[in-house]
Amino acid sequence: MKALALHLALIGALLAVQVVLPPYHYTNVARVMVLAVYAMGYNIAFGYTGLLSLGHALFFAAGMYATGLAVHSAPALLALPLGMLAGAAMALAVGLLALRTAGVAFMIVTLMFAQAGYLTILYYGPVTGGDEGFVLAREARMLAGLDLSADGPRYLTALAIFGVALLANLALVRSGFGRVMVAMRENEERSRMLGYDPFRTKLIALTLSGLYSGTAGAAYALMFGYVGASFAAIQYSILPLLWVLLGGAGTVLGPFFGALLMFYLIDLSSSVTDASNLVVGVALLVLVLFAPKGILGTIRERGARWLP
Amino acid sequence: MKPQMINATPSRRSVLKGLTAGGALAVGGFPGFLQAQSSAPIKLGFQLHRTGIGAAYGRWYERTTQAALKRLNEAGGINGRPVEVIFEDDGTDPKRGSEVVEKLASQHGCDAIFGPLFSHVVIGSAPRAGELKVPYLVCSEGFHVASGMLNRWTLQPGITDVRAQVTAMAPWVTQTLGKKVTMVFPDYAFGHDHRDFFTAAVEAQGGEVIAQLAIPPTETSFTRYFPRIPAETEVLYHVMVGPAVLTFVKELGEFYGSGEKPQIFGFIDSLEAVDLASPGLEFLEGTHFWEGQCRTQQPDATEAEIAYRAAVGVDANGASVADPKDISTYSHMFSCWETLFILKAGMEAAGYQSTADRKKLVEAIEAMTTMSAGTEHPQGDKRFNGKTHQVFGHQFISRVEGGKLIRVHTTSLEDGMYDDMVDYTTQSF
Repeated sequence: MKALALHLALIGALLAVQVVLPPYHYTNVARVMVLAVYAMGYNIAFGYTGLLSLGHALFFAAGMYATGLAVHSAPALLALPLGMLAGAAMALAVGLLALRTAGVAFMIVTLMFAQAGYLTILYYGPVTGGDEGFVLAREARMLAGLDLSADGPRYLTALAIFGVALLANLALVRSGFGRVMVAMRENEERSRMLGYDPFRTKLIALTLSGLYSGTAGAAYALMFGYVGASFAAIQYSILPLLWVLLGGAGTVLGPFFGALLMFYLIDLSSSVTDASNLVVGVALLVLVLFAPKGILGTIRERGARWLP
Repeated sequence: MKPQMINATPSRRSVLKGLTAGGALAVGGFPGFLQAQSSAPIKLGFQLHRTGIGAAYGRWYERTTQAALKRLNEAGGINGRPVEVIFEDDGTDPKRGSEVVEKLASQHGCDAIFGPLFSHVVIGSAPRAGELKVPYLVCSEGFHVASGMLNRWTLQPGITDVRAQVTAMAPWVTQTLGKKVTMVFPDYAFGHDHRDFFTAAVEAQGGEVIAQLAIPPTETSFTRYFPRIPAETEVLYHVMVGPAVLTFVKELGEFYGSGEKPQIFGFIDSLEAVDLASPGLEFLEGTHFWEGQCRTQQPDATEAEIAYRAAVGVDANGASVADPKDISTYSHMFSCWETLFILKAGMEAAGYQSTADRKKLVEAIEAMTTMSAGTEHPQGDKRFNGKTHQVFGHQFISRVEGGKLIRVHTTSLEDGMYDDMVDYTTQSF
């Protein structure tokens, strides 16, 4: 009950805070909420199931391109779920092959799939816009009457998607299946001996992770009006890993706080130095040395053991 | 009189305004720095590729803009108001680019934004500029503005786009160097623009592109592609960008060695910020390059161009006066200088006072037609098409002689023009 109240309080706080957020931060927080959905998806695979993937940009981009391309000829209300499904389907397809491997091999195989996806986007330039990408017309970004190019509807839509994703994530990790996911992370062999099917569990977890990633990609395209190959590149596979590590792997709220902190770390540091990436690197080193379980993970370790 | 509904629920903005006003009063009334609108500085945002793949360009774009800003303010600013330019790094990334546009417009309150070069950053950022209704003047040379892909708020008045560039040069290439052309280009959108528009322009001149070698963007060595250049090739056209450019050019030299080779025509993009005297580039002697502005100071350089070179800190060889090894991106960076002065001309024509006049500024730029060569346009005279938001300037073809680029041909403005594909002036703001 305490956990549910905390998560509802965050959603409520994000609803309330929009009244006082200055315009720049108003859009930023909307952006962070969408990216946090992506990070939550990554966390389902990595933080809870122990699948260290380096290819999640492929799932994010699958959602983004499916929605971005579909919206040329279909309403956004149809294109959005199509993008969500594309992310899940891509993760399922990759999982069927990549989950035959584990550990470092899994990282490399997922990285290779993502790289193949990135190059495919570049090669089919006439359809995908290649490295330049393409913009979505304002009319195409009307979601059930909401103009997603306007700040208010965009924020509320981002909050709605984030809220549903957060509560579903909470329900997932507190469910029986969520515990099996954690069991796979902690000791796959013992779980197998207890009668659980590791391949099936990991495949479902990865597909759910893809669903979250695809949802984030699809929402990002509609909210910010741009679809581009750079979102399929390697750095967009690394970023959710960093957000999750910063916020706390295996915590439901960690991905949001990780994405939020990383966003502002880059935003503030890039205004004062060319070496903003160095600042991020140093921050991560400090984190690994002094709080290896991330912000929420450390809080959980030091008292709030009820944190999911 | 129609009765007005009074909304009892405060809007987000009204609460924000109230809090801001309350905060101002709470700290002791109106602050002393408040100035009359007319004397406050005009704030311009510069979306800078300070890091990422565009960093070499970004370094020079910043220097050029600083030099232009100094000149502008020394001459009285804009409408008598001083001008301030705020630089924000976009990491040459479209997502960050969009955030930077937001930051410059919403947080810094910039009157207009200018400066990005890389096409994917421009395309990723332009929708946000349109939503924020902030004039967004790009220095990108991409065809994406004139193609109609973007919006009313995005303009490219400082540099000719790639379609016009290649169209303008094709007649000279086919008539002077040869009619059978093999093209080597990167296999992504920038390369595809060259492939499509140059091929069409060559065919229009009675020439023929006999082979097109698309190089995958992840390639780091190019030797396996060179044997695919047909032996009957008369002109080898190359355009490469990115970190592997130097390797590409060196390996091309190794491939041909001292033997017979076709005429070689390249885009200087392959060698922007690269010293032509670098070891391995000797084979470029006698080859030709497109230049947006001549890196080597020509004997007939105008006074305006010489003054521009001095103001930015570039020597007669196109290198920094402080470090001869720091080669400029001379073919592109003039666009920042010229765009800043176009903003000045536009704001003065529009009687620009505040961000409420942004629409008037766009309309004033759209109304521009000819731009005369001189201090504000050191690259040369230009013609602006207000409907397509694209400018057309002269292009230069130079030959490498003694390690220097010597101009052999200048295109006319008409050489690069093509039919309009969009009329942005019919679009709403």
